[in-house]
Amino acid sequence: MTMLPALLFAAPDTGARLDALEIAVKNAQSAGDNAWMLVSAALVLMMTGPGLALFYGGLVRRKNVLSTMMHSFIMMAVITVLWAVCGYSLVFSDGNAFIGGLKYVFLNGVGTAPNPDYAATIPQSTFMIYQLMFAIITPALISGAYAERIKFRAMALFTVLWALVVYFPMAHMVWGKGGLLNAYGGGTIPTFDFAGGTVVHITSGVSALVCALYLGKRHGYPSEVMKPHSLVLSVVGACLLWVGWFGFNAGSALAASGLATSAFVATHFAAAAAALSWMLAEWLKSGKPSMLGGISGAVAGLVAITPASGFVKPMPALLIGFLAGIFCFYMVTAVKHVFGYDDTLDAFGVHGAGGTLGAILTGVFATNAINDAQINGKAMPLGLVDGHAGQILNQGIGVLIAIVLAVVGTFVILKICDVLIGVRVDATAEEEGLDLTQHGEEGYFLEA
Amino acid sequence: MKKIEAVVQPFKMEEVKEALKNIGIDGMTISEVRGHGRQKGHKEVYRGQEYNVDLLPKVKFELVVSDVRFEEVIETITNAARSGKIGDGKIFVYEVAEAIRIRNGDRGDMAV
Repeated sequence: MTMLPALLFAAPDTGARLDALEIAVKNAQSAGDNAWMLVSAALVLMMTGPGLALFYGGLVRRKNVLSTMMHSFIMMAVITVLWAVCGYSLVFSDGNAFIGGLKYVFLNGVGTAPNPDYAATIPQSTFMIYQLMFAIITPALISGAYAERIKFRAMALFTVLWALVVYFPMAHMVWGKGGLLNAYGGGTIPTFDFAGGTVVHITSGVSALVCALYLGKRHGYPSEVMKPHSLVLSVVGACLLWVGWFGFNAGSALAASGLATSAFVATHFAAAAAALSWMLAEWLKSGKPSMLGGISGAVAGLVAITPASGFVKPMPALLIGFLAGIFCFYMVTAVKHVFGYDDTLDAFGVHGAGGTLGAILTGVFATNAINDAQINGKAMPLGLVDGHAGQILNQGIGVLIAIVLAVVGTFVILKICDVLIGVRVDATAEEEGLDLTQHGEEGYFLEA
Repeated sequence: MKKIEAVVQPFKMEEVKEALKNIGIDGMTISEVRGHGRQKGHKEVYRGQEYNVDLLPKVKFELVVSDVRFEEVIETITNAARSGKIGDGKIFVYEVAEAIRIRNGDRGDMAV
């Protein structure tokens, strides 16, 4: 510091050069952050297509492989248009505690200038396109519950209404400025949801359960053999999900920062621990560790660490993953069969259950040693490990709000779709398969 | 003439084929099939959902031989396909009314 006056004295244009230097440093950081965030956005899109499309597509019978992949793929088109028209605005422009406003409709005013309310170092357009990818994968996750029996037209209408009624309000409440649950944006009930435990996984998982109950079981379930037609596709898909999840969680730091690294590590650790614990559980129960068990566990761990990823240290991440693998295994192998609902690909058992577990455990393990973002201008103890047990209650309230919104919203939307279109295909079409009856094509024609 | 249908374990296919070739039988049709006899199937578990799979992969040989050779052929197949365990398969023999070689119209033993 003592050098500065001397420098100023020596060179009259030093002030201008310092300004230029400051701008150059700012630009360099912006370039680094923007590069990472664009890559992250692409990674998150890859989770839906091909990740989820392959994961789910492999789990259904071969007569439904294309329709199931379509349930993921169509989101990349439908939600994108909806997001550009009004979705981004309803989530991220100023509004009330429950929903954003109309300032950014048709992406009005959303350009290369940063939006300091959310991410001061990247173009707002980057933030916008990154958040879009979350809105795409969330309704795609629900498709695991209605696969193999929903009408395509009904599914498309359901998706649009669901994004408007459930996703956009929930995302605004948790991440939007002034949202009810936004810990860093002036929310009255501060909850921590780093990358979408409540917004993405609880909303989609609980809505999936409502869909499974509303549509009813597939014909022949559970007495007929309904084996996954290609676990090979599912393994490829699940591994793409695992990789894509680095964009999902580490990208949620919204910068190429140390916090991004921390979230990256936590994400990977949780996935590994959960893959192991699920396989161990089934090894003990049915005598063999399976490939399907391994990938299901990995996804469960990724789901559970999602809200916690930017708040917890590596060892709690391992523990969260380990617990998630066992808990979700129990949900899909025991609880589902006790109640008898046909959650076809276990969207509720993995995303609803894993998301809830993760949200609560975030309240336990969140620490300002990892995330020093300040609440109302000062550093606060975050979770139980910081001595703030009350955070668990806050997390619980966040979970409850997500569940209520998802149950009520999804039920009403299904009713509307049922009255207008009818949500379920008839028995003959279900027997023939959705690929032929809904799309007029087949996934495999090996003699060609 | 006799038609021989032999359903054997898939991993015995090459041995049976070689053995038949060694006794001079070089015409046959082979297909991959599924079935079961007294052999029990196996259990598969997908996320806790158990399925008993009782249709197991097998290989089916079909060949037509002259009456003078069929005992020898049956013995050859039996020896080659036998592992001694349940699931080794079965051989069925039928009378054949006629055989015709499409290329030149040969009939009977000449055609097989």
